[in-house]
Amino acid sequence: MKFWIFRNARFPFLEWRKKAYVFSAVVLSIGVLAMLANVILIGNWQSYGVDFTGGTRILVELPEGVTEAELREALGGADAPPVSRFGAENEFTIRAPAEEGVAAEVVATRIRDQIAASPAIGEFEVLQTEFVGPTIGAELQQQALLAILISFFATLIYLAFRFEFRFGLASIIATVHDILLTLGFLALFRVEISLPTVAAVLTIIGYSLNDTIVVFDRIRENLNKKGGRRENPVSLINRSINEVLPRTVLTSGTTLAVLLALLILGGAVIRDFTIVLILGVVIGTYSSIFVASPALLEIQKRFGTKEEADRKKRQSSRKKKKEAIPV
Amino acid sequence: MFSSIRVRIVLILAVIGFSGWYLYSNYQQSGSIVKLGLDLQGGMHLVLEVDDPEGTMSLEARSDAIDRSERIIRNRIDELGVEEPIVQKVGQDRLIVELAGVDDEERARELVGQTAMLEWKLVRPISQVQAALSRIDRAIVATLGADSLRAIGRAIEVSPAESDEVADLLFRTDPDQEPAEPPVDPDTVVDDEEAEAVLQELEAEADLAAEELALRPFTSLLLTSEGDGEFLLLNEDFALARSFLEIPEVQAVLPREISLQFHWEPVAIGGRLYRALYVLDRNPFITGEMLEDASATRDQQFNQAIVQFQLSRAGGRLFGDVTGRHIGDRIAILLDNEVVSAPVVRSRIGARGQIELGQQDMEEARDLALVLRAGALPAPLRIMEERTVGPSLGQDSIDQGMRAGLIGLVLIVLIMIAYYRFTGVLAVLALSVYVMLVLGGLAALNATLTLPGIAGLILSIGMAVDANVLIFERIREELAEGRAVRTAVDEGFGHALSAIVDANITTLITALILFQFGTGPVRGFAVTLSIGIIASFFTALYVTRSLYLVYLRGKKAQDTLSI
Repeated sequence: MKFWIFRNARFPFLEWRKKAYVFSAVVLSIGVLAMLANVILIGNWQSYGVDFTGGTRILVELPEGVTEAELREALGGADAPPVSRFGAENEFTIRAPAEEGVAAEVVATRIRDQIAASPAIGEFEVLQTEFVGPTIGAELQQQALLAILISFFATLIYLAFRFEFRFGLASIIATVHDILLTLGFLALFRVEISLPTVAAVLTIIGYSLNDTIVVFDRIRENLNKKGGRRENPVSLINRSINEVLPRTVLTSGTTLAVLLALLILGGAVIRDFTIVLILGVVIGTYSSIFVASPALLEIQKRFGTKEEADRKKRQSSRKKKKEAIPV
Repeated sequence: MFSSIRVRIVLILAVIGFSGWYLYSNYQQSGSIVKLGLDLQGGMHLVLEVDDPEGTMSLEARSDAIDRSERIIRNRIDELGVEEPIVQKVGQDRLIVELAGVDDEERARELVGQTAMLEWKLVRPISQVQAALSRIDRAIVATLGADSLRAIGRAIEVSPAESDEVADLLFRTDPDQEPAEPPVDPDTVVDDEEAEAVLQELEAEADLAAEELALRPFTSLLLTSEGDGEFLLLNEDFALARSFLEIPEVQAVLPREISLQFHWEPVAIGGRLYRALYVLDRNPFITGEMLEDASATRDQQFNQAIVQFQLSRAGGRLFGDVTGRHIGDRIAILLDNEVVSAPVVRSRIGARGQIELGQQDMEEARDLALVLRAGALPAPLRIMEERTVGPSLGQDSIDQGMRAGLIGLVLIVLIMIAYYRFTGVLAVLALSVYVMLVLGGLAALNATLTLPGIAGLILSIGMAVDANVLIFERIREELAEGRAVRTAVDEGFGHALSAIVDANITTLITALILFQFGTGPVRGFAVTLSIGIIASFFTALYVTRSLYLVYLRGKKAQDTLSI
């Protein structure tokens, strides 16, 4: 017996596209609202980590039973830098903002001394120290943005070359959708934006494109089959999505299984990273079906296909030639 | 020529062999098959830049300073005995230093970042600076304003130990702010004892000290010392006095040939801590450039750490000249603009001498000798970025990452075999080749495996699985359309090719851009992702295909396929 999911599925995906537009719009709005709320509440649209703002981040392991309140007390009570629990029960992250004219090791040493001086804490271990100067943080922000824009540009060119321009445009629309959705989620849950988070967002670009390309590849193939160009585009695109649906589900499922293993067992260091990737896989799968393919259709409706454009061009040039003869 | 089964098998075995050989030789050298990043094994990552707050150095000058610092820092670290340290210039004017498995961060930071500029200067009698002291006071009052000086004075009275707070007050002062009172001439103030007496009656004690500081900010901190050419000040006033001396206007009123410099550590006299301030020649008569060798020893008699040095021949001659002319005078030895010791010259000293370090321990002396031997940095460096991972966190990360990765792999194996049966087994075989290739690729490129790198690896495994899934689904479709096994397999591979190529190339583009623009952890991710994509490409299209060919060899056209 053969195990074959979604074989010969005939879901009318494109007929559902209006609902998908509404869904995406709602989720995007929630994300934008979260970003605006963040601007008001924490002064920045995302919760940037020390990688970007500059500053010092120290990870300490305290003895069993020491509470967050005690650590905060040791670090100066109300004036304490932000402290948060990290993974295991007794590990804490301390974040101190960059201070003008104060060397990093001074901040780190001061925090260490403060903890050491607290009678409530006793023996502790510094697991990790990170210091990033403010100028480096600003440079990293620029670099990340630049990397995203350049990778957009490069993939657009590649896809325009390999498919048609409208395929490239539709896949970029889907990718922008995915990134905005992810950024909205990051803003909503105030996931710390660090270098690995940026790497994860960039990976989402890759994954989303991967999924979209597999669907588009099938659309391209069906278009180039005999009679493909004359087929109703809605039914052709629907048929293509359904044909690759088993692959889409199986691949997303396998990737999610691996990522879930990472999430549950991979430890606190890569937790945020993994969450962003899981989100990216879900969003990327959704968008390849409900955003990229409808976008392709909408572009075709508004601007026509390449062959239609070619036909028009040929006609108009023929016209011009005719006009040119008498002169 | 690569399509006959025999050639295919030979090629695949050769690739596996190469990977295995790289992994084995890595294992022989370093004890692990791939080099682990600092986040996995623990260690210290530093990014340094030339410390040039005023921006007076050109880019070329900074770039050149970094070039020379790279060599000097490498020499220092080599003596430290860290395994495979990385000292590397990045961009135009930055230096990356990576030290694996360092347990004493502060010591490492000191060894890397210390400028180690060694100077010998003659000590001058304090009488030469007396006239300038009142000018210094006036310059401080004119620059900072009497009001802010009063505020500083009060802060000191309230909590004398909190010199940080005092420095804060000082730094917050707006330099452009006009002084609230016209600069006071100290000569008239000294005469005006009556006014002071009135003040004493009227003001509280804190206010008095504040007023004193507002009138004679610098000289009120100074105490006389028994030593020639030095003042003493209370150690709690040290930060304030040092920040006064750093004001450019103050430096401007000092006599041209004189500099005032502090001792590098406090000294205890009668139960209180003091700091010595020396009156010195502005220019050294000899510097560390003429040093040829340095070594640390312990002085048995006084039980103190000593660094013995050996000067070059020209340096020795010069040193002999100067010390010969100054028997009975003091000479100050400065390290990075702080006086380490200021001995009295008892006799003419040639090329060999020593630096007494007082109560420092031997490790400090050894490190000092080490940095002196390696030479001074051409310019002071500043730490721009520092990441330190303790060894225990690194070990945790490895254990957790390994376990999660293994379980992820097992999940993939189970899903593939459950869904595709025997074909799934072929896919798992191909994936094993894939893992081997990726690790071999990392070893061959001498790339380091970081935590985000592991994530990139697992993601690229996902892509490798995807490539197989694309092919197998396509074969199933072709079979469902009634094609014979062999045709279906050929068609399946053929039709899946375009999707696999396009998907892999776009991801590869993203990975390469990440590599180009990313730093540190993002780069590690990009490297493993790129290697992973290339390996996945090879395994899906070549290895899986070859396994299929072997599997189908004995079959007849009408046989079925376990897929």
